[in-house]
Amino acid sequence: MVRFAVLVFPGTNCDFETEKAIRKAGAEAERVWYRNSLKDFDGVVLPGGFSYADYLRAGAIAARQEIMEEVKEFANEGRPVLGICNGFQILTEAGLLPGALRPNRIPRFLCRWVHLRVADNGTPFTSLYEPGEVIRMPIAHGEGNYYVDDPSRVRIVFQYSDGEGNITEEANPNGSVLNIAAVANERGNVLGTMPHPERASDRFLGSEDGLRLFRGMVEWARK
Amino acid sequence: MKWRVNVTVRLKEGLNDPEGRVIGKALRNLGYAVENLRVPKYFEFELESESPEEEVEEMCRRLLANPLIHSWEYRIEPVS
Repeated sequence: MVRFAVLVFPGTNCDFETEKAIRKAGAEAERVWYRNSLKDFDGVVLPGGFSYADYLRAGAIAARQEIMEEVKEFANEGRPVLGICNGFQILTEAGLLPGALRPNRIPRFLCRWVHLRVADNGTPFTSLYEPGEVIRMPIAHGEGNYYVDDPSRVRIVFQYSDGEGNITEEANPNGSVLNIAAVANERGNVLGTMPHPERASDRFLGSEDGLRLFRGMVEWARK
Repeated sequence: MKWRVNVTVRLKEGLNDPEGRVIGKALRNLGYAVENLRVPKYFEFELESESPEEEVEEMCRRLLANPLIHSWEYRIEPVS
């Protein structure tokens, strides 16, 4: 069975839910403290939270810890690396994904459900979605305002949309460039998403749309 | 040799600074004709180094700033 590491830094707080969602998607999952090693795993997930209390910039300090060298190896070897919320912030700060996450346009913490349009179903994480499909997941962040100087060179995976899939200013919760909610690296094996798929992985939670992301990741790691 | 270092990191021109906007608005509400308020980050520390300029520049690039969205400047003085 494939095994995923759920990487835990001081201040990470979505690790248990993420572990559970990966198991539900059919893989082994284990929480790994950042001082340990990632060897013997098939992929790594950086869950949400507030690593190092978001001091300096969200994700900045976690991104410079030694274990990130191992995460970089995973990325270079083409193995799956998924960053959710604070994990996304860490991946951009580490240079594994393009762009930066700035404080929300209206500087307050946002915690609510959003609609997303699937812009790219060609990554291992999004292969179980239809292109253009509208899905629902929650966001919970203070610094999710995605910025990149040249968006045409970025692999956009999810965009904030309205319920019909229209990419509008009103549907953009945080001011992200082009309503960007998730991006992948060129190869597609590294994904960063501000919306939380683990919080949409059970009907009890209000949506199972996020579970398909983990299922796609697990299926792909099996091959 | 020991140095006293002051580093200022600010968002690049043209990038929206939400915190600055809110503080500027609060000052305007108090009756001051404030415009374009920005909130830079300021760091001060002492550094033992033979090549302080080089090291401080590197520190900014590697951690204190995000070169994609920030610019920075610093002042380095010997500790007497």
